Amino acid sequence: MAAPAPPRPLARTVHSARERPARRRGRTRLELALLLGPSLVLFAGFVLVPIGIAVYYSLYSWNGFGPLTNFVGLQNYADAFGGAVFRGAIGHNVVIAVLSIVIQLPLSIGLALLLDRKLKGRTVLRMVVFAPYVLSEAITAVIWLLMLQPNGFVDELLRGVGLGGLVHQWLADPGLVLYTLFVVMTWKYLGFGIILLLAGLQGVPPELREAAALDGATGWQTTRHVVLPLLGPTIRIWVFLSVIGSLQLFDLVWIMTLGGPANASTTMASYLVDHGFKRYEFGFGSAVAVVLFAICFVFALVYQRFALRRDTAGALTRAVS
Amino acid sequence: MAGRRWGLVAGYAAAVVVVVVTVVPLLFVVLGGFRTNGQLNTDPAGLPGPWVWDNYRSVVTSPDFWRFLGNSALIAVLATALAVGLGSMAAFALSRYAFKGREAVYALFTLGLLFPLGVATLPLYLWLRQLGLLENPLGVAIPEAAFSLPVTIVILRPFMHAVPGELEDAAVLDGASRLGFFWRIMLPLSAPALTTVAVLAFVTSWNAYLLPLLVFNDSAHFTLPLGVATFQSQYSQDTARVLAFTALSMVPALGFFAVAQRRIVGGLTGSVKG
Repeated sequence: MAAPAPPRPLARTVHSARERPARRRGRTRLELALLLGPSLVLFAGFVLVPIGIAVYYSLYSWNGFGPLTNFVGLQNYADAFGGAVFRGAIGHNVVIAVLSIVIQLPLSIGLALLLDRKLKGRTVLRMVVFAPYVLSEAITAVIWLLMLQPNGFVDELLRGVGLGGLVHQWLADPGLVLYTLFVVMTWKYLGFGIILLLAGLQGVPPELREAAALDGATGWQTTRHVVLPLLGPTIRIWVFLSVIGSLQLFDLVWIMTLGGPANASTTMASYLVDHGFKRYEFGFGSAVAVVLFAICFVFALVYQRFALRRDTAGALTRAVS
Repeated sequence: MAGRRWGLVAGYAAAVVVVVVTVVPLLFVVLGGFRTNGQLNTDPAGLPGPWVWDNYRSVVTSPDFWRFLGNSALIAVLATALAVGLGSMAAFALSRYAFKGREAVYALFTLGLLFPLGVATLPLYLWLRQLGLLENPLGVAIPEAAFSLPVTIVILRPFMHAVPGELEDAAVLDGASRLGFFWRIMLPLSAPALTTVAVLAFVTSWNAYLLPLLVFNDSAHFTLPLGVATFQSQYSQDTARVLAFTALSMVPALGFFAVAQRRIVGGLTGSVKG
């Protein structure tokens, strides 16, 4: 870049002589508008503006039809937070997020470490493990709905292996339904975590492990002090995706339980759809949407600031050294 | 040495457990489709005996399944074409042009990675109603493309940025305009990244449930995820048939995954590393 510029090619000189700089700048602007314009219009029109409008609607009591006249200020927000159902919904989202980190993450890390060997049939294994992730949540929901029917496949299987005492009303028991849904989520998303972490493990230089082994580190010590820290960026991204996903949980819940029984599995998104589209409370539903958005946004900002920033810094120092 | 052998054994044991847990539900659905409701009731975890083809036959010969499939394909193709077409143009502008506010525009798009579709659905629904796009495949395809734009741009921009400037100079020397360079050189060079983002946009749209749920009331317009969920609640007494229907609905996604596996995994891990 710093090398002295080569003599300008003839074609370009002629070109610029013909087109004066001002005109060229105009042309660049035209090109930019042509290239960026459609995306910006689409993105603003169907992503940004609708979210902005949600903030506006949230200040009204409105059924989605007729003029917006009944301004209620922050009343919708007060109503949402004042209701036990919505507070419960936030709690359910948080429980799912925490369970993901406490159970799914160690499980994926452990399995990825075990599977990160030259096993025969590794390619097939990876494909199989990833399969549930590719199925839509709707199909996943229907599969498990059918398996979890009372006296259905799961119950029969448990009885078959002598664990009949565990048989429960998997989706009808308010104390259990959230955990049942979590198991289904784990089935669907575990492969995603494993594949992500396996990819991360491929980035761990084998020399580092060998050096640790030469220094007399045991396999566990090497894993704990060499491999896991290097997996940090992958783990932090996984946590980010997982929390955002947990906060937005909808399809599985809607198809398997509709948030029931007795709101025991209501999530913010299912609550929002229930009030907005089933009860035509568009103003109130919008307030819920804004709260959901605010929670995701604040989490993303804080996480970006404190967790992901280190990765950028780490990547830089690694690139330099 | 012994440690390494035990590690291998543990690896295989883990592999077996993971595969069994993953595959059993899928097998339950596929094999269940070959059974009768009577068989399913008396022995929910059993194998087909005798094998019954009626459920699959009735699904394959019913127009519903194929219509759902066609609707899903149409919407996913439209959404993918829009997202990749417009996204590659934007990524090109954001990677090869220096202009004021470039990073701000890019940040705006990356912000979109955080927006859950759920948050925008109420106004989006009203907006689509106003545009007359309810009950219209475009009413699903356009918003889905819009929501796929961020990830498309975030993956394509660094890729296009990495293409050496000398190539552009050479193209200009040969008399190409910048847009000519984009069309004739950048796009062909970006083929691997374009395939990745196309696969991601396609899968996202193919699997979407919420937006089709809101936009479509008439079952003639339903997509496959919506169709499966509706079919399940409609025929909840006829479990065998629901199983056959669900099994066949898994085929396109799993088949597509088998073909595009590298792109899907590569896209996800690539975006993580990038």
